[in-house]
Amino acid sequence: MKYDAIVIGAGHNGLANAAFLAKAGMKVLVLERNPWIGGAAVSRELHEGWIYSNCSYVCSLLRPEIYRNLNLAKHGLQVVPYGGGATFLSNGDILGNYVDHDVKRREIARHNKRDADAYHRFSRDVTRQCRLIRDFLLRTPPDPTSFRPRDISELMYMLKKFLNLGEKTMYETIRFYSMSVAEYLDEYFESDMIKAHFSGSGIIGTALGVYSPGTAYVLLHHYMGDIDGSAGAWGFARGGMGSVSKALAGAFQEHGGEIRTSAGVEQIIVRNGKARGVALENGDEIYADVVVSNLDPKRTFLKLFDEKDLDPRVAEKARNFKIRGSSGKLNIALDGVPEWPALGENNPLRFGDMHFVDSLERLERAYDDWKNGMWSRDPYVDLLIPSLTDPTMAPPGKHFMSVFVQYVPPKVKGKDWTDEDRDAFGKVVIDQISRHSPNFKDLILHAEVRTPRELEAEVGLTEGNIFQGELTMDQLMFNRPFPGYAQYRGPVKGMYMCGSGTHPGGGVMAAPGANAAREILADMKRTNVVPETELDD
Amino acid sequence: MTDNKVIIVGGGHNGLVCAAYLAKAGRKVTVLEAADQVGGAAVTREFAPGYQVSACAHLLFMLDKNISSGLGLEKHGLKLAAADMETVSLSQTGEHLFLSGHEARGGDLSAADVARLKQFNARMIKFADVLRKVYKGRPPRLVSHWQELKALAKLGLAVRGMGREDMREFLRIAGINIYDVLQEQFDSEMLKGALAWDAVLGGHLGPRSNNSVLNYLHRLTGDVDGKRGAMASVRGGMGGVTAALAKAAEAAGAEIRTSALVSRIIVENGIATGVELDRGEKLIASTVVSNADPRTTFMHLVGLKHLEAGVALQVRNIRSRGSVAKLHLALDSLPRFAGLDEKALGGRLLISPSLVELEQAFDFSKYGEISESPMMEITLPTVHDDSLAPGGKHVLSALVQYAPYKLKQGWESGRAELLQRAMAVLERYAPGIGGTVLHSEVLSPADIEREFRIAGGHWHHGEFALDQFMMTRPIHGSAQYATPLPGLFLCGAGAHPGGGVMGSAGRNAANEIIARGDGA
Repeated sequence: MKYDAIVIGAGHNGLANAAFLAKAGMKVLVLERNPWIGGAAVSRELHEGWIYSNCSYVCSLLRPEIYRNLNLAKHGLQVVPYGGGATFLSNGDILGNYVDHDVKRREIARHNKRDADAYHRFSRDVTRQCRLIRDFLLRTPPDPTSFRPRDISELMYMLKKFLNLGEKTMYETIRFYSMSVAEYLDEYFESDMIKAHFSGSGIIGTALGVYSPGTAYVLLHHYMGDIDGSAGAWGFARGGMGSVSKALAGAFQEHGGEIRTSAGVEQIIVRNGKARGVALENGDEIYADVVVSNLDPKRTFLKLFDEKDLDPRVAEKARNFKIRGSSGKLNIALDGVPEWPALGENNPLRFGDMHFVDSLERLERAYDDWKNGMWSRDPYVDLLIPSLTDPTMAPPGKHFMSVFVQYVPPKVKGKDWTDEDRDAFGKVVIDQISRHSPNFKDLILHAEVRTPRELEAEVGLTEGNIFQGELTMDQLMFNRPFPGYAQYRGPVKGMYMCGSGTHPGGGVMAAPGANAAREILADMKRTNVVPETELDD
Repeated sequence: MTDNKVIIVGGGHNGLVCAAYLAKAGRKVTVLEAADQVGGAAVTREFAPGYQVSACAHLLFMLDKNISSGLGLEKHGLKLAAADMETVSLSQTGEHLFLSGHEARGGDLSAADVARLKQFNARMIKFADVLRKVYKGRPPRLVSHWQELKALAKLGLAVRGMGREDMREFLRIAGINIYDVLQEQFDSEMLKGALAWDAVLGGHLGPRSNNSVLNYLHRLTGDVDGKRGAMASVRGGMGGVTAALAKAAEAAGAEIRTSALVSRIIVENGIATGVELDRGEKLIASTVVSNADPRTTFMHLVGLKHLEAGVALQVRNIRSRGSVAKLHLALDSLPRFAGLDEKALGGRLLISPSLVELEQAFDFSKYGEISESPMMEITLPTVHDDSLAPGGKHVLSALVQYAPYKLKQGWESGRAELLQRAMAVLERYAPGIGGTVLHSEVLSPADIEREFRIAGGHWHHGEFALDQFMMTRPIHGSAQYATPLPGLFLCGAGAHPGGGVMGSAGRNAANEIIARGDGA
């Protein structure tokens, strides 16, 4: 049995990639190591009656072009936008994160009048940057060292977009990409608390601190998504993040695709410098003209390849690839709704994301702990209760809480994680939440604590890095994953990459999968079915 | 009122270079220096009776050789006491690491490190050459004017000209941090610590901060007698450089007035028309060139009210908080470091034993605290130059990191604490050094701000980083030396290409003024 293409890994990018290939008429097989599909976009019943989005937990970055083109709505994906959220301050007050721009401005004014004015400028400037980057998401980055007409024309396209910004904004853009989120925010806001509030997005999933240059871009990475044309909005996938994968799988199967679970790939078979198929862990060999890896670059090149099949320079690049574990996660089954005295009852902000950090110094110290090989003693958390919006996640009256935690090191003081370490880390997070919710601890029915160790073992993300590689300048655009291999083509013929380790990077975006499909179809001389960017706003 | 054509505010090395070139081009130039001697931060000062020291910068390694030969600095008295100094990265156990050019020995070096260092240096020098090219002139603007496009194309070609693999590597690492780059290359902790020092010196950044590779390359653009990355000690201290520059400027016809503190730049109808001195004297000029840092220039000398709101906002946002303190010791005898002979003491001694320790030292400065164990670059200029201290006595000059400008406890009490911590570190490497100290002086960033009139006490007149680099240094709209205020130009380290005693900013500014036909 021979396939046109084999996709290794049924993460959302692997499935998106496979769906487009199948849509173009290719015979495609997706192989998944786990008994379930979805990679880090999964819904799992880890406590009876509760559905956990136990890795990724919110949806915004998923490209609307892909959603429409693959008709994901028909396959059951429904994204429910959530509004608001709150940052809890040490003084007992909150900073409400209202969706409505004007309400949010008034809320900021309650804390600092000048910052309320600055908020106008800030939103305008960040939106401008979002618009610029969104034009590049569903495109293959050009190789700046190449003289091929296509690379030159892509480079020209980018240059044109850049030049269209006008001289002043071009300089601002250069600065934006190279600054730290804290220093970028310094240019707008006075209040340390307000800066801390905005800077959280600059460090999520990233082994950098708020003062590390390059984090302003990471902020953008979390702002550039949209739901139903509402830029920057975030939502819950009904039924948990697994619904995204399920819908992608549905679209794939509709076009005749085949998925095999519990089928771990041992190696990519290379003959005469060309990828011929894969060997499974159980010894089976499956052949195909095209082999696509949805795994991160380290796994792809250091584990799936026989050393002799791989150019040692590529192996070296893979070894130097920065994929640092810096995040953890708590998934909690609750017996009821936690009380938030600072919010009061029935405050609509409780449907959104909650944060407990109110100064840049606290955030930076959280990073210093990570640098020193420890989990943050005062971590940054992104806490949500999806079941308030989507009651299908928990039994009636009960709730599911998702707590994303930054920073958690891949190793503890250089040693592997132990269960005791994991529990101690979990306790720090639970204690931090309890400080703002007196009944929270009593409501806990079950808690799953995930460190980089669990993320790596289960999902296969090296070091548990949620983006399949740091989003720093040396690993973005034409440098992602490595210079010279940023166009989804691997170092051997017929081998491709489609994971978040490629442009435009992590987050449940599906853009890398789609872009890789476009390149494969071009190489196979098939008609392109992958959509180009089409913005709603 | 006196009628001048060009007034240069500040007689630092860039102001003097600018004056010399403008005077050579026939402009009538007056340099106004607030202190009683020229030199700005490149000066030699008596810090204790009979003891002289380079008060701020203490080594010469970036002076553009076209400037030194073009202005005949040797003829005007510039003399090196030591060229091509060796770097000694100190170890407490006496197993020091020695670095000289491409060669390394000692310490915890592996054989592979020794070989890789050669490749690494060669490659980094190649990358630095790209910067060298753009440092020769004003940075291009991002507009589609043929002149700017030509300059941009030239830059593009310089990058392309490196060859494909090198270009890729350049694009990969130019914007990131030295920590990652060194971790990829070397085993030796001492080597990595020593190399990282050059990437963080003078800035508010640690080895894990992006922009540290950029700083490393910036430093590597310099050379001493054509030897890249080499360092020299100037006879008579760094004041020797500026004294020679002043002579060259005067020989070309420039007038230099010391003890002439400019209190403001006069702006009439939106045009800079001259300056007012603190004693009320007004000097009018067709062109005013400021060698002061951009914040001082715009905020204090011009006044933000004379600037458009957008420009004022940019000026406020210039990042220029110094993180380096200077330590000066008058010593009764040479310090004894285990395993170091007197000859080695003539080198540059580093206390930066590993990336981790350097990074940890930096962490304190993020929170406005002094490093618990500060890192240091030490020179003992009297080993080569007996003109600086009484016979048999010595001077120690050290750059101490990190000492944040905005210290939580304030620098009044901070100074003593820094001295105590620095001495504790020194004592670990050179036991007994404390007992030989006759006098000591600490210059905190706050002192540097006050004494050298640099806002924030930042040696580079503004953090050297990608967001304040080339066309955005110090702010866009003022990166080509001309400012939004007609008649006012910048010529200091706050302008392209930035800090370090190189003189390029002064020369480029002069060329720009000449090319525009200003000041005539």
